[in-house]
Formats: sequence, structure tokens, C-alpha cells
Amino acid sequence: MSDTTTSYPARLDFLETQRQDNWWVAPLATGVGLFAFIVYATWGAFVGDHYQAGPYLSPFYSPLFLVDWWPLSPAFLILWVPGGFRFTCYYYRKAYYRAFVLSPPACSVGARPQRYNGERAILLFQNLHRYFLYPALALVVILWIDAIEAFFFSDGFGIGVGTIVLVINAYCLMSFTFGCNSLRHLVGGNVDCYSCVKFGQQRFKAWKVVTFFNKNHMRWAWISLFWVGFTDLYIRLVSMGVITDLRII
Amino acid sequence: MAEATLKIFRGTAERSEYQTFSVPTYQGMVVLDAVHDIQAGQAPDLAVRWNCKAGKCGSCGAEVNGNPRLLCMTRMDQYPAGQPIVVEPMRRFPLIRDLVCDVSWNYEVNKRIKPLAPKPREADGTYRMQQYDIDRVQEFHKCIECFLCQDVCHVMRDHGKYDFAGPRFMVRLAALAMHPLDTVDRLRDLRDAQGIGYCNITKCCTEVCPESISITDNAIIPLKERVAGEFYDPLAWIWRALRGKKADTRNPVH
Repeated sequence: MSDTTTSYPARLDFLETQRQDNWWVAPLATGVGLFAFIVYATWGAFVGDHYQAGPYLSPFYSPLFLVDWWPLSPAFLILWVPGGFRFTCYYYRKAYYRAFVLSPPACSVGARPQRYNGERAILLFQNLHRYFLYPALALVVILWIDAIEAFFFSDGFGIGVGTIVLVINAYCLMSFTFGCNSLRHLVGGNVDCYSCVKFGQQRFKAWKVVTFFNKNHMRWAWISLFWVGFTDLYIRLVSMGVITDLRII
Repeated sequence: MAEATLKIFRGTAERSEYQTFSVPTYQGMVVLDAVHDIQAGQAPDLAVRWNCKAGKCGSCGAEVNGNPRLLCMTRMDQYPAGQPIVVEPMRRFPLIRDLVCDVSWNYEVNKRIKPLAPKPREADGTYRMQQYDIDRVQEFHKCIECFLCQDVCHVMRDHGKYDFAGPRFMVRLAALAMHPLDTVDRLRDLRDAQGIGYCNITKCCTEVCPESISITDNAIIPLKERVAGEFYDPLAWIWRALRGKKADTRNPVH
């Protein structure tokens, strides 16, 4: 029995869909999560204070450059690296294209009307991702050094809650960075025939290691984003005297 | 016996309507079973394309409650009882009638891709390759050409950019690009003729793939990286120049 008469609508209007699930939850949660982090990180960077507590150094300020010629917070000498790395990251591109650009907001949901060019023209700058990768890899090393230094208090070796927070932070950021698609390409993805090139087996193994992390790239992107913010907040609160760092050893 | 209600798109591009049908349900029933029941008893002229009913031929692609799915692999019991299940043809392609569309555009796109051109055989007349040479490529050969990824891709579906070849052919191009024997350079075509830059990697193709191929991560992004290295990376140009290599190291076939 018929209940509606209509011409076949091949193209959906903005936000139109036949989906009956809560498709809007994911882009909304993504948008709120990213916006909250951006607000906090921007504030945390502008403050320019309370970024050190004992042997702990906030990852927003690491490595710490205190130079006379720089008028702003030292965080801005660093944050362009993780900021650029995450902004051009293939996962985050998906996240903000869906959440903020609404192109598309979700699968099978009408996209925002626009003159769509994809990642051509101005968005060719997304190809800079591989250039942000190199300093991001250096940051992983530096964050591990920070985590190791967090074991050494003024009274000698020890472990505080902040030590554990910094170790987890270094591990999360390492796992996120090691799953980078550009790194995957660099270490072996660009090889067509592994048995035909020098170090082919080693490059294939390296590619498999990066692939291992890459399979959970989205998960590590969110875990590391949350944890790096939490790490800064923890050190900030300890530095301000709001909370006391518990010494385990 | 429990019943399910299906709201099925009927008609052509010029005149169409949604018709509602009730069908008895049973354990293990899929949407294609329901469509066949309707065909058998209530609407013998209902057009639906199907073949294997085992998720391998890729014929019965349609949209169920707005999601591109294979009708034969979509269980009825995953939808809440009491609510009609909406079944529509794939929106991306020209409609022929009811649930059947004309997917021949895909075959035309396929013809424009330069085929595999293997390097010369070894002295003993064979080709040699190692398993680890083809580990990446084997995933791409699972594609059953159901074209659900082409249907859901917003580049064509929402923005009408038909100079983008679409996810299915990015998979084929990746299989060729990573083939250890292939000698053809397709990167310029990938950028210009197949329009890889249109993809903004929002991963809907991966979400709908019934063969669980990681289309975006394993095919499209690696191809984007190769295109970036070829055309947009000055350090890669310098590196190639220092090593005395031209950008197109493979035998170009234009």
C-alpha cells in the first residue's frame, strides 16, 4: 500500500537523512571535545606560569625555552609543533571536517552546501603533515627525558603521582606519533617491492610496527590529547598549591 | 509469528513512491529475505538486483534506514521492532527502477585506469616475489565491487564531483601501486584524472565496506602520501635529485 508520492531525491539536503540512529552524537562529542581542549590549551599557553612543580615540567612548555627576545609565553615556542602535527593529522582532519566543517557531518547525512574542492587548492597545505612529523618525533624523545627527570627530586630518586602522570603522557604521545600515516609512508609504505630494495625486510618490519600503532590511531589521538591536557592541569594545580603531589617512594 | 514493516522505495526517477509492506519474520531473516517475501506474495513487480545471497557477489547493495548495506547481509533483528525499516536504492547512481540502479559509470571509470604492466620475467621464465611483498595488496583483492563505498562517498553523493574516481578505484589503484611486479607510474593520473585530492578522508567508505577493507587507511592515505611525495614535497625532490633519481622512476604509460 502506498503512503507517499514523491520524486526520487538523489541528493540529500543539509542534515537530511533516513538514518534513525543517533548519528549526531559522534560529531557533536568530537566538536565539544576538540573545542574544550583548544580553549584549555590556549589558556594554559597564554598564562605562562605554574608550568613547573619540582621535577615535573608541563608538556605544553617542554622543552623549556626561556629567552629574552620572546615577548610571549614560552609555550608558544613549542606548541606550534604538536598543534601543527595534530591539525594536519589524517585522523583529526576526519574529526574536524565532520564536526566543524560538516562535510559530511556523518555518513549518509546531507553535507553542508558549499563549493567543495576537497583537499585541493588552499587545503594542499595539509601535505605539510610530514614536515610537522619530524619535530614531533623529537618531542617524543624530549617528553621521555622529562618523564625520566620526573624520578629525580631535590632529595634524590623517588616516584610521585606526577612521575606516573608524566610517564603515561610520554607513552601516549609516543603511541600517537608512532601511528602517524606519514611515518608509515616514510619507513616503508613508499616501497613497492620490499624484496627488490636494500633493507627491504627491515623496512617491511618497520612498516608493520607503525601499522600496529596506526590501527588505533584515533584511540591514541584522543587518549593522548586528554592526557596531555590532564598532565598540564595536574602540574599546574601542584605548582599553585591547590593539590599536593603524593610521593609513593 | 512476529511481523516487520518495510517501507520500500518504488518507481523510477520520474515518478516514485514509498510503499509499506508487512512480512512475517523468522530467526536469521535478512532484509533480502523480506524483499523476496514481498516479491513472492505482495508485489511481484518489485525490482531488486541480487545473485549469491552470501555477501560475495556485491549485487544487492541498497540503503537500509539510510545506511548503504548489502541486503543479503543485513539482519532484520538488528532493527527495533515496531518501526518500519526503510529500504531505498543507492542514491549515488541513476535509478533504473525500485531498488535497482545503473552502476555502469563505475565500469567506465575502471577502463580509464592503466592496467598492470609487469616487469620482464626472470631468466627462467618466471616471476618471483616474496609473501611480504604482497601482504599489503591481498586485502585489496577482497573487494567484491558492491559499490557501497562509491554510494556513500560524499564527494560524489553530496557535492557531485564525478571527476573523483571514488574509493573503490582508489583501492584498485593502491593494489596496482603496491604490486611488486608493476612498472607503471600512475601518480599524475591519480592526482589529475582520478582526483584523489577531492577525498577529505572522512572514512565513510571504510565504515560501509562489507569486506572490512580499511579503504581510507590502507589505500587512500598511502596513495595521498605518494602523491604528496611526488608533487608537493620539496625535501623529497631534493632527496631524489641527490640520489640521481627522476620523480617518475617507473615506466610511464601515457
